Amino acid sequence: MIELSLEKKLFGSRGAMTLKMSATLKRGTFVVIMGESGAGKSTLLRTIAGLESAKGSLVVHGEVWQDETTLLPIQQREVGFLFQDYALFENMSVEENLLFVKENRPFAKELLEMMEIEGLATRNVTTLSGGQKQRVALARALMRRPKLLLLDEPFSSLDPRMRKKLTQKIKAIHTHFGTTTLMVSHDVSEAKALADEVWFVQEGEICPSGIEVL
Amino acid sequence: MIDLQPFVVSFKLAGLTTAILFFVALPFAWWLSQTESRSKPLLEALTALPIVLPPSVLGFYLLVTLSPQSAFGGWLSETFGVELVFTFWGVLVASCFYSFPFMVQPLQNGFESLNRHMIEASYLAGKSRLETLWYVALPNITPSLLTALMITFAHTVGEFGVVLMVGGSIPGETKVASVAIYEMVEMMDYTQAHIYAGLMLGMSFMVLFGVYFFNHRQKQKVRKH
Repeated sequence: MIELSLEKKLFGSRGAMTLKMSATLKRGTFVVIMGESGAGKSTLLRTIAGLESAKGSLVVHGEVWQDETTLLPIQQREVGFLFQDYALFENMSVEENLLFVKENRPFAKELLEMMEIEGLATRNVTTLSGGQKQRVALARALMRRPKLLLLDEPFSSLDPRMRKKLTQKIKAIHTHFGTTTLMVSHDVSEAKALADEVWFVQEGEICPSGIEVL
Repeated sequence: MIDLQPFVVSFKLAGLTTAILFFVALPFAWWLSQTESRSKPLLEALTALPIVLPPSVLGFYLLVTLSPQSAFGGWLSETFGVELVFTFWGVLVASCFYSFPFMVQPLQNGFESLNRHMIEASYLAGKSRLETLWYVALPNITPSLLTALMITFAHTVGEFGVVLMVGGSIPGETKVASVAIYEMVEMMDYTQAHIYAGLMLGMSFMVLFGVYFFNHRQKQKVRKH
């Protein structure tokens, strides 16, 4: 079970607003977060990961990540995060990107095989295509066997064919590892293909009527 | 016969200054690049001071501070029996202050140009700030790192005012190549001055050419990818 109740003041493109989000999630749920740009979707993911500070509480599978007295550092939160721009370590090969997270060669190999990029293991990541980079980033996000998988518009810079392929990969991974996944997306068809729940975010709040169970 | 001793002193000074500043400036530049502290502009201004300050001014203040008559110099002398003025080690201390911005600024610029998400990805991978600096940030700013090292080295080799103020011109101890050239000109020994100046010119050019050539190659590599 994941219980979150977070509050944060934002000064974005739409001026000042308060991000105020409360929700409870069952373990293994796939949530797609939708809403207009600047509504606070990415900030919500970043706050859960500990990349940005916020008031409130966050309890993940019984472990307190944040409350009045506790603030678990980023490094100790078991989160896999997929950035829109891949954010791969450019000084490393594909395999090194995974092993940097955790020195577990058999698991890295398994993940690369799942992503169908095992043949690229020794390639420097700067030589890969966008779709390949995103699959490396996804594999890297899974190396710590995260409790929470946070995906920030992972398909936004990919072509439709690659989007479809990666949608299937993410679905397969979510089922295989049983992670709880939160994904920001603007695409209704992706939401339908992946989500157990869809959250509609408006001006920093999850609309009460916007939680839709598909 | 050319007396190479001033060059040896210059290169010893430049090598040690570069090595010390690398370890001192690296965490500082990293911190400056990551912090949102309100003290950042103040620290940046203080760091950049040696660039705009006349070397004689910096040298004068360092001379006063390190002199055994000052509180700090007196404390050093009484506690450790160390006197820095007119010694190689004093010149080294002065040199570290003088060349500090030349190490900090390229490193800071390099760190600030990195993709912020790449740094965050390292934290999310469970890595500490120090591990992130060493394994992710530093290897990804190789051109900036090379620029910082080479410019600091070359700049220290060319030091004149600060060295003269703090170290004087003691052969084999504080007499560096630039001071030797100054003395040769004073003695109207233009032949030796030409040789020394020519060597300095050649070496400085080679260092700068090396930096620009390497950075050019790196950019070409990135473009190819």
